[in-house]
Amino acid sequence: MLEIRDLHVRYGGIQAVQGVNLSIRRGSIVTLVGANGAGKSSIIRSIAGLNKTISGEMLFTRREGDTPVSLMGLKPEDMVRRGISLSPEGRRILPHLTVEENLLLGAYTRSDRDGIKSDMERVYELFPRLRERLWQKGGTLSGGEQQMLAVGRALMSRPDMLMLDEPSLGLAPLLVREIFNIVRRINEQGMTVLLVEQNAYAALNVAHYAYILEVGRVVLEGTGQELLENPKVKEAYLGG
Amino acid sequence: MTLEMFFQHCFNALTLGSLYALIAIGYTMVYGILRLINFAHGDILMVGAYFVFFGTFAFGWPWGLAAILAIVGASVIGVAIERVAYRPLREAPRISALISAIAVSFFIESLAVVVFSGQPRPVVQPEWLITEWQLGQVRILKLTAFVPVMTAILVAVLLYVVYKTKPGLAMRAISKDIETTRLMGVRVDNIIAFTFCIGSALAAASGIMWALRYPQVHPYMGIMPGLKAFIAAVFGGIGSIQGAVIGGLALGFVEIMAVAFLPELSGYRDAFAFVLLVLVLVVKPTGLLGERLKEKI
Repeated sequence: MLEIRDLHVRYGGIQAVQGVNLSIRRGSIVTLVGANGAGKSSIIRSIAGLNKTISGEMLFTRREGDTPVSLMGLKPEDMVRRGISLSPEGRRILPHLTVEENLLLGAYTRSDRDGIKSDMERVYELFPRLRERLWQKGGTLSGGEQQMLAVGRALMSRPDMLMLDEPSLGLAPLLVREIFNIVRRINEQGMTVLLVEQNAYAALNVAHYAYILEVGRVVLEGTGQELLENPKVKEAYLGG
Repeated sequence: MTLEMFFQHCFNALTLGSLYALIAIGYTMVYGILRLINFAHGDILMVGAYFVFFGTFAFGWPWGLAAILAIVGASVIGVAIERVAYRPLREAPRISALISAIAVSFFIESLAVVVFSGQPRPVVQPEWLITEWQLGQVRILKLTAFVPVMTAILVAVLLYVVYKTKPGLAMRAISKDIETTRLMGVRVDNIIAFTFCIGSALAAASGIMWALRYPQVHPYMGIMPGLKAFIAAVFGGIGSIQGAVIGGLALGFVEIMAVAFLPELSGYRDAFAFVLLVLVLVVKPTGLLGERLKEKI
């Protein structure tokens, strides 16, 4: 679905990504795992059009059988229109807008009222707690609820690929498990998911395929299970 | 002071306050989104007033038509100013855009002197607006009722757009987080242009009513109302539309009542607004309804 070849990205004056190759299969959960500054976020932000890439190629095939299109040089506001949606790091809920307005903003590019309504229903089924908070301002939600809202908002554009940047950041272990269960559920309904995580254990558990990044390069890749059992990974990322 | 006089003053204050409020909304909306004080905003008021002057006087159009075309024309100029003078500086330090705004203001004023000449020109008021109603001892010029009613209608439409429509939602989102709003697919440049369009339209509407009330136009007529409306926006809490309306009305009342109760100070009339600004900045810098601005992390 998404092929990334020899991607170089500069971020904050340093070369954060130095020649990364990634392949994301339709219908799978792919995760990028690594420490702070490994370049995970730079990659996901480049795909979303937020970071300027220096060189490389990103080819996206929205629907099976389509000819792949390059994502290089596109603006963030174009990405949702092409079927790629990002739930950004730190959730970035709009604190002065209600839960419902945040979701409506997620559906900004759409004009099918009925479809938006039924998708909102779907989000409330995935996250029943959001329904109770419908009229509440985003800023009054707890961290976990905000994360749910961020994922729900990203779903509202009806994307073909969902990208989640650090969804477990700052959440209690129980909530982390809940979020990852929901990621799995969304994927089972057919969504391709690209997940960036520092919480390697949780990410590898849920992912079909994973890449481990260190200082801007892929150092290991494999299925989630393979990497969970890999002694090097165990030592460096799973606490021995 | 008699009760009748007091009511008379109240009506005058309401009219003046409404005019300030309409202008203040433009300042506050642009600030809310770009954190920029659009110093050229007052000059849009002048442009709107001139367009109506030419429409009615030179071309003989009916007032309503001239007013609508003037508002459209002023909006186009407002949007053009953003495109030419502010958008290229959006990533620049804030002070650069501010200086650009001051330059645009001088440019428009000087251009108006060249094109329209510096001579003040009388505006012909339509008959029906300068007749009076007699309510007991109080006489009300229809114009002093027309202005607040028109303002109320415009503010109601504005609040509907901002709180009930999609561009309004995008506007409110941009004011807090441009990057995230872009991720949602919002074309930020268009929404910012739309904001300038609305703000300029309201300033032009105010300018037209200003020209009706003080029936003349001249190239510098926008400066004082612009500055005072800016003070009104700060007083109400810059960034808040409701605050701008309250601030505008409050400033209108302060000015009119101060002169009404202390006639010996009438020469200092313009100074009241600035004293108010200093007091606000000292006592409550965020204004009545303004939020404390958090630095973005």
